Amino acid sequence: MEKNVYLDLGYWVQKKAKQLGASESALGINHARSVSVDFRDGKVEKLKESTQQAMWIEIFAKGRYSNHSTNDLRKESLEKFIANAVDLTGFLEKDEFRKLPDPGLYKGQSEADLDLSDAKQGDVTADERLQRAKNLGETLGGKDDRIISVSSGFHDSHSETYHLKSNGFEGHKESTSFTHGASVSIQGEGDKKPEGWRYYRARHLEDLVGAEQTALEALERTKARLGAEKIPSETMPMLLENSNAAGLLWRMMYPLSASAIQQKNSFLEGKKDSQIASEALTILDNPSIVRGLGSRYYDGDGIAAKQMPLITNGVLNNYFVDVYYGNKLGWKPTSGGASNLIVQPGARSGLEIEAGLDRAILVTDWLGGNANPTTGDFSLGVAGWLIENGKRVKSITEMNISGNYSELLMNLVEVGNDPWIHSSFRTPTMLFDKVSFSGS
Amino acid sequence: MSRRDFVKITGTGLALATLPGFIRSGFAGVAPDDNPYKFYFQRFGIDEDTVQKVMAEALHYGGDYCDLFFQNQLSNSIRLQDNIVNSASTNVTLGVGIRVLKGDQTGYSFTEDISLASMKAAARTAAGIASGSAKKAPETFNATQLMNYYETQVSWEDVGIKDKVELLQAINDDVFKQDPRVIKASVNFSDSENYILVVNSEGGIATDYQPMLRISVGCTAEEDGKRENNYFDYSARDDISFLTPERLKILPQEAVARTVKLFEAQTPPAGEMSVVLAAGSSGILLHEAIGHGMEADFNRQGISVFSDMINKKVAKDFVTIVDNGTNPHVRGSINVDDEGYPSQETVLVENGVLRTFMHDRISATHYGVKPTGSGRRESFKHNPMPRMRNTYMKSGPHKYAEIIASVKHGIIADQFTNGQVNIGPGDFTFYVKSGSLIEDGKITGPIKDVNIIGNGPEVLSRVTMVADDMAMAEGGWTCGKNGQSVPVSMGMPSVLVSSITVGGRG
Repeated sequence: MEKNVYLDLGYWVQKKAKQLGASESALGINHARSVSVDFRDGKVEKLKESTQQAMWIEIFAKGRYSNHSTNDLRKESLEKFIANAVDLTGFLEKDEFRKLPDPGLYKGQSEADLDLSDAKQGDVTADERLQRAKNLGETLGGKDDRIISVSSGFHDSHSETYHLKSNGFEGHKESTSFTHGASVSIQGEGDKKPEGWRYYRARHLEDLVGAEQTALEALERTKARLGAEKIPSETMPMLLENSNAAGLLWRMMYPLSASAIQQKNSFLEGKKDSQIASEALTILDNPSIVRGLGSRYYDGDGIAAKQMPLITNGVLNNYFVDVYYGNKLGWKPTSGGASNLIVQPGARSGLEIEAGLDRAILVTDWLGGNANPTTGDFSLGVAGWLIENGKRVKSITEMNISGNYSELLMNLVEVGNDPWIHSSFRTPTMLFDKVSFSGS
Repeated sequence: MSRRDFVKITGTGLALATLPGFIRSGFAGVAPDDNPYKFYFQRFGIDEDTVQKVMAEALHYGGDYCDLFFQNQLSNSIRLQDNIVNSASTNVTLGVGIRVLKGDQTGYSFTEDISLASMKAAARTAAGIASGSAKKAPETFNATQLMNYYETQVSWEDVGIKDKVELLQAINDDVFKQDPRVIKASVNFSDSENYILVVNSEGGIATDYQPMLRISVGCTAEEDGKRENNYFDYSARDDISFLTPERLKILPQEAVARTVKLFEAQTPPAGEMSVVLAAGSSGILLHEAIGHGMEADFNRQGISVFSDMINKKVAKDFVTIVDNGTNPHVRGSINVDDEGYPSQETVLVENGVLRTFMHDRISATHYGVKPTGSGRRESFKHNPMPRMRNTYMKSGPHKYAEIIASVKHGIIADQFTNGQVNIGPGDFTFYVKSGSLIEDGKITGPIKDVNIIGNGPEVLSRVTMVADDMAMAEGGWTCGKNGQSVPVSMGMPSVLVSSITVGGRG
């Protein structure tokens, strides 16, 4: 991005909003470019390139608030757009809590280089992209006679955003992202065609897990689904694979937000400083991991990012408090949402924990389901393995787990020492006791 | 209901025309005339010569086919929370997606700048899927004749913000009047107008104006220190006249009734049992159990559980399932798909026999059949693929009371919040937000928050009774596939599934 062009446009929009009647404004301008290449069964299935830009603006006028976005960044269009935005705002009702953050919250941004943008992304050629996607799929050639289809892909993108707030905030974010992955279908029993996949994502190309490992993992995960069937309903321990543990825990993030609490939709309301999980659970929000997928210098409100303990030895330390709902609750803002969430690892590996289990289910895949943030009740579809005497004895599918987060978290027995680092939510293997599985 | 009636309901005597309709496209307002394409060409600032030049660039390396998808979408939303209408959002998107096909290979690029230079650059990028000598663009373009399944009288651009504010306030007041246990309410209203123009290298051209509205009411209630939250919503391809006095009355009533019902609700026991799916949004079962597996891209690739089942018996004789884009004003309806093919009713299962897949251009070419008007995309930023529109089962021979009476031990499910499927093995889930137990042929206590999991072909074979009360869902369903979301709907008569796994406890 030519920095000054977009930044200058941002200042122009900010000034125009003021002229047209906005007492305050906050805006963002983004420019992004991405390329994706998908291969299937040895030939290109899809090539896609995109370059896009967008602007969004929040208008504060006479105690009222609204927000607007457009991808038409021509000045003549923007002027009309802003005028309409200010006009519309005037028809809404006053909201005393809707105001820009205290400028003091902007101070204290990390000065460390988080290294979120790979300068080499601009040098990746079309041929290299094609070759990477192709190689990933070809790794599986001849590996299993039952393979019906292999899809593989490579995707890279560059994104740059400027943020301006009329009370003095100016922010700049630049990041790159690389993703590659494979999905595999194989012929199972009857008409069933089990499928599995694995993908990896990184800020820097050199950090991507190797193509061969990625493809082989996709195949192994697919083969693990062969012959899967449900078993009778039973309450027993649940071992949660590290790469899938976030699938359970992210549903707690909305109940941890000030908006859920203020709207009385959180089962975690009033639980600060209380024991909400067993002592085995410690979660830290850490925005400053170098090359981290969730790393940042500031959040959506412009609040300078800093480490924040969420849960320590099972005790709830903090909520995600954004400026608006913080104002409504009379609470000091912390941050509007998570950056990198780190579950503190335990002592043993997932495999060591598994080897010590008499009878349990290892969950390796989720399939649908939901959770009720107001009550904490959940019911989720699962697939994985029945473990007996430390061994995987039967592949299972078409089963559900159901319960309540308040009980489930107290039944967390152990966490592994194997955090899944390819996500902004870094979870190790987790073992829960007394989980209700429904099956046949 | 006429527009005047709407004004009356919302309690304002002001003429709508005096209030600002917020979003204006930035284009001159051109009324359609004898040549409907002139309106769209002017809207996008293009002409036939421009289109031909861009197509020539797209076919520069000898692609088999190309199409240009122009789109201008104008969206508004407004929200009431904590008793005041304190937030509004608007969004304007404009752009063109350029697709080049070489066999079943796709080259895709888009630009938000509809200038000849930008479109030619994007076209050249998409052309890169092919390698050969250039082909010519068509010299003339012929209109595709279309039906209009969502004719409207009032543009959303002409509905003023003040009327929306008053509408939301009136609903909020009604929510609190319903039950003293209500402690929080929120109301969200959104509308959009989507203008599309599709033109292809075979000389086909089609346009569509696609309106949409969604209104949802959520509330939280408290009783003896316990809280429950639920919602009710409507969505339709329609104008403001959709919000009849009856619907405006039902919205707060249902939102509150569905919430307070949860205080009495239990989690059902775990395991396999009979499940009655109530008429309406239970069609989510069809969407997940059969719909996605019948999208032809998965079958062309041989990875769907239904790949080898065409003309095979998969359900009882009284089971007929269709995917239909022509239901008047229903959320998933489309006059034309995003490849320019007219919409239609596509019979997926006829009297228990699997008949046809849902096709886009690529899969139709692969199978040597006509496209079914199922090629849809989220926006100009995405390539089309086979997608569902409104998926539903037709009414059967049984009676609702007969179905309930036949169940010894099971549940009836009536409200759902989401579903998911694994295409290859056919395993699917859908989440029951609320329902009731059935014991010895009678509906007893309410249940809540339970996931149901099954296998598509197996569950279809276990549909043992179908009632004569088919109803379409009227809520705001959105279907996600390969990272693209499109509006859909679904429907179902009351149905008995003899056995399926319910994710209860114990």
